[in-house]
Amino acid sequence: MNSIKIRSHNLNVFYGPFQALYDINMDIESNKVTALIGPSGCGKSTFLRSINRLNELIDGVRIEGQIYIDEKPIYARDVDVVALRKKVGMVFQKPSAFPMSIYENVAYGPRIHGIKDRRVLDEIVEKSLKAANLWNEVKDRLKAPATGLSGGQQQRLVIARVLAVNPEVILMDEPASALDPISTAKLEELIAELRCNYTIVIVTHNMQQAARVSDYTGFFLNGRLIEYNRTEELFVNPRDKRTEDYITGRFG
Amino acid sequence: MPTANYGEKVMTLVFWLAAFLITAILAVIIGYIVVKGFSVLSLDFIFTPPSRAGKEGGISTTIVSTLYLVLGSLLIAVPVGVASAVYLEEYARKNSRFAYIVNLTAETLAGIPSIVFGLFGFVFFVIFLGWGWSILSGAMTMAIMILPTITRTSQEAILAVPREYRENSLALGASKWQTIRKIVLPSALPGIATGIILSIGRAVGETAALLLTAGSSLGMPMSITDPARTMAVHLYILAMEGISLERAFGTAFVIIVLILIINYAAHYGMRRLSALGR
Ligand SMILES: Nc1ncnc2c1ncn2[C@@H]1O[C@H](COP(=O)(O)OP(=O)(O)OP(=O)(O)O)[C@@H](O)[C@H]1O
Ligand SMILES: [Mg+2]
Repeated sequence: MNSIKIRSHNLNVFYGPFQALYDINMDIESNKVTALIGPSGCGKSTFLRSINRLNELIDGVRIEGQIYIDEKPIYARDVDVVALRKKVGMVFQKPSAFPMSIYENVAYGPRIHGIKDRRVLDEIVEKSLKAANLWNEVKDRLKAPATGLSGGQQQRLVIARVLAVNPEVILMDEPASALDPISTAKLEELIAELRCNYTIVIVTHNMQQAARVSDYTGFFLNGRLIEYNRTEELFVNPRDKRTEDYITGRFG
Repeated sequence: MPTANYGEKVMTLVFWLAAFLITAILAVIIGYIVVKGFSVLSLDFIFTPPSRAGKEGGISTTIVSTLYLVLGSLLIAVPVGVASAVYLEEYARKNSRFAYIVNLTAETLAGIPSIVFGLFGFVFFVIFLGWGWSILSGAMTMAIMILPTITRTSQEAILAVPREYRENSLALGASKWQTIRKIVLPSALPGIATGIILSIGRAVGETAALLLTAGSSLGMPMSITDPARTMAVHLYILAMEGISLERAFGTAFVIIVLILIINYAAHYGMRRLSALGR
């Protein structure tokens, strides 16, 4: 039984006069990992940031079309952006722990959303850090500054921070690009574990990574979704010449 | 290459001398002040009020007046300055005309000599509003004077907060205001504090503008409508009117110690506040 979590319908995004996305139609399945690949500047991040409406923070952005999450339009007038972003978490390229303690980083989201009870917070922090495979490394120094963690640890902390607000979708924009191979392997392991409970959309420049972690892959080029298929299909048997050129490395 | 090596050595010496000069100047000034003011320095000097126009007694009332005036001007300038910095950096659109004008105004204000602010404060607060020579008039004048510094440094501090912090916070569902209050301002705090310290230094050292707006009364100010004489003004009058050079130097010494205490307290407080951060 497949169900669609995110449905992009004729999505067009403009930065001022520049059109970054053209008519994106894409159905993203529940509890699967979907990878977005494509050359730099093709609009992967723009698409990702459309899903939690982070794009609209930029001056001069215009968005046409619609994205549905659980069949509800997120670009409708009465949508509560806070509730949307609570449901759709995001992990960015640069690991970015807030300049506060490890504990406070993870408790940040729940606190924002009104949880004050210390015991409840303790529980959320522990659960989220465990789910992010970071608990064992930090359980003895929860009060220590999070900025002292390594890049890989910070990235898992960011994931714990996202998990702490109990999202259903996690967007990841090149989450491993600033990490060393060992941290990257840990992160990929974590993604494999998380896929059971979350719908994950991940942007990556690393073909092997996309092949390893994802169930579905979408190939973007110049603001268009060129090909979108099951990952094995797309890598073994690309239908479009441009996809083939890109995944075989015959591309700028 | 012996010549290149020689040149290197000479330049190193020149740079070292330049750096040494700074330390030497400070040492000479402080040493001179201590030597000249030493005869009057005592706890009594700090804790007793001046008498006979400052020829005798201590400087207690001028210390209190200084603290009142500095505190008063900060109370006005810090909220306004930080709030406008938040507006300019976080809320105003990049090419907003209003933001452009405010920035330009702040820059212009920062370049105006303090005596001009003093003249304005004298005409507007002292005479037009009828507040007379008072802590209120003086603090308002100084608040206007330090406002651009506080706004500018706060803007820079806010600008230096990584964009990623804001995006991460917003992506977790925080509102813009929550993000500013819980992430941006705490991260910008050390920078904001630097601006406040600079401003305190300026306010403690100000004389002319305060003579015009707070007056030069040696009495202990009891309310914000009372006139007051700060340490710097006192020093100026003691020296200018030939009342007592020893006491002028003694006052100078207390001013320097006060500034040092304020600086260290601010640094220490800042480190405590952002202990988790860095
Ligand atoms: N804030 C912005 N203002 C103007 N143009 C932008 C902005 N952000 C992105 N763009 C443009 O939109 C296009 C798509 O950018 P986007 O960041 O989505 O690409 P990307 O596929 O994520 O690239 P990369 O792999 O380098 O991260 C690019 O041409 C980029 O220059
Ligand atoms: Mg990108």
